[in-house]
Amino acid sequence: MKNKLVCYFSAAQSEQPIIYRLVKDYDLIINILKADINPQKEGFLVLELEGERSSYDQGVAFLKSLGVGVEPLSETVVWQPSVCIQCGACASFCPTEALQIDRSSMEVSFDNSKCVVCGMCLDCCPTRAITLHFEIKEAV
Amino acid sequence: MAVNKSYEEINEKIRRGEAVVVTAEEVIDVVAEKGYEQAAREIDVVTTGTFGPMCSSGAFINFGHSNPRIKMKKVWLNGVEAYTGIAAVDAYVGAGQLPENDPENKVFPGRFTYGGGHLIHDLVAGKEIKLEAIGYGTDCYPNKKVDAIITLSDVNDAFLFNPRNAYQNYNCAINLGERVIYTYMGILKPKMGNASYSSAGQLSPLLNDPYYRTIGIGTRIFLGGGVGYVAWHGTQHHPNVPRGENGVPLGGAGTLALIGDLKGMDPNWLVGLSFIGYGATMAVGIGVPIPILDEEMLRFTAVKDEDIYCPIVDYDEGYPYCKPMDLGRVNYRDLKSGKVIINGKTVVTTPQSSYPRARQIAQILKNWIQKGQFQLTQPVASIPSAEADIVFKSIPHKKPGNEDSVVEKRR
Ligand code: SF4
Ligand code: SF4
Repeated sequence: MKNKLVCYFSAAQSEQPIIYRLVKDYDLIINILKADINPQKEGFLVLELEGERSSYDQGVAFLKSLGVGVEPLSETVVWQPSVCIQCGACASFCPTEALQIDRSSMEVSFDNSKCVVCGMCLDCCPTRAITLHFEIKEAV
Repeated sequence: MAVNKSYEEINEKIRRGEAVVVTAEEVIDVVAEKGYEQAAREIDVVTTGTFGPMCSSGAFINFGHSNPRIKMKKVWLNGVEAYTGIAAVDAYVGAGQLPENDPENKVFPGRFTYGGGHLIHDLVAGKEIKLEAIGYGTDCYPNKKVDAIITLSDVNDAFLFNPRNAYQNYNCAINLGERVIYTYMGILKPKMGNASYSSAGQLSPLLNDPYYRTIGIGTRIFLGGGVGYVAWHGTQHHPNVPRGENGVPLGGAGTLALIGDLKGMDPNWLVGLSFIGYGATMAVGIGVPIPILDEEMLRFTAVKDEDIYCPIVDYDEGYPYCKPMDLGRVNYRDLKSGKVIINGKTVVTTPQSSYPRARQIAQILKNWIQKGQFQLTQPVASIPSAEADIVFKSIPHKKPGNEDSVVEKRR
């Protein structure tokens, strides 16, 4: 299985070789998507963890046992109408019609409530008017 | 009596604020209501528009001199190299140029987040630009290095000069292969997963004057939000191609070389684009006014999306390896509907050129003309049309001779 997580650290935890342990002891494939550790050594890591279901669960349990706050990553897609040039290229890639073209005006609109954050539209927008935002709480 | 108007008569009406101006979309409804002859009598000007990726674009810049003076051998703007093999502080920056350190397609597909088009956009937006130049030093130009921050207002001259814009019609791109491909027509899904097209169709300038009767050298136009001119026919201009009964080419044909002062333009209408896996380019906004000299011109401008056909081209093998394949044609009404039928299969369509922005340009140009701010120009010379005998060439297969003979010739 594969999942994206946000891990919140305090100073004590950020001293430990957590990533190393996750790879070595739990055989997980780790992709660090974003990291932000402040000078007080508190912060967060956005990780993508991939591995067998059982090792995944054990890996997450290990993180929690160290007192690392672990939460599923919530991502949202943001469409910036001021950057968008209304080319319409994204709409044919969107599986849910969150991005849609009004066929009489040919104008593109975005309905966040229909978006499943599949990411298909991100690659095909030539102006990068569509971006992915990670929702991350203030560091604990 | 047949309708017959001169440029001067139309301009006189524009000056008096009495000209009747409609867009290339609106003219269709006027014709439906009043017929060709009456519409030709009433309408003086039809405005067109297009806003899409146009790689063959760029800007000439004269930076002014440093003190001491420099003869630039190489110059970079925000890391994007401009060509300076001309006079000391003149350069040309192309929309498709990438920064020196761009990762390109090393990790495929590359992102191409910044290039010449983005730079031109930033310049026009008045942003600060990092200028770096090197020279080898001469008695008259002793300086060897320049590092400075400049803005558009700091340079002597900056004018857009786009060798090939406003393609009259274009391909509809599909992918017959087995893997996703990344092209200048966007992402093409395998096994004909989508069909990409790039034209404003019924609003596009050269599709409204298919034989270039009124669009020629010297035609004043809307360019990048400011005023520009047609400088020449564009590169790869190929007017002698098969055409429909309405005169409209059945594939890529005419092109225009355009020129205009960057200092009068608007960043909204010159936008840097990043095509994943392909490169960086620029969307250029162009609007051309078409004088309704007679009923024939009115008929040309009343062309509809459903009467404009473009060829379906495979970008997996057909285009890159120049393999002719007859995959048929589709019209722009069907392309704009979101689905077309190709070879019995329903295929979703992916536009690349912005139709809403093209419509906006035609509206802006219409307003300029209605307010008497923008008068029409009669071309000083025509560009080659359908009767031309232009052969579309490719690079000859002739290989250079052995090295010795090349050296011989150089001596
Ligand atoms: S992320 Fe997916 S669902 Fe959301 S808008 Fe983009 S393509 Fe549509
Ligand atoms: S691909 Fe990007 S620029 Fe084009 S319509 Fe979609 S969001 Fe707008």
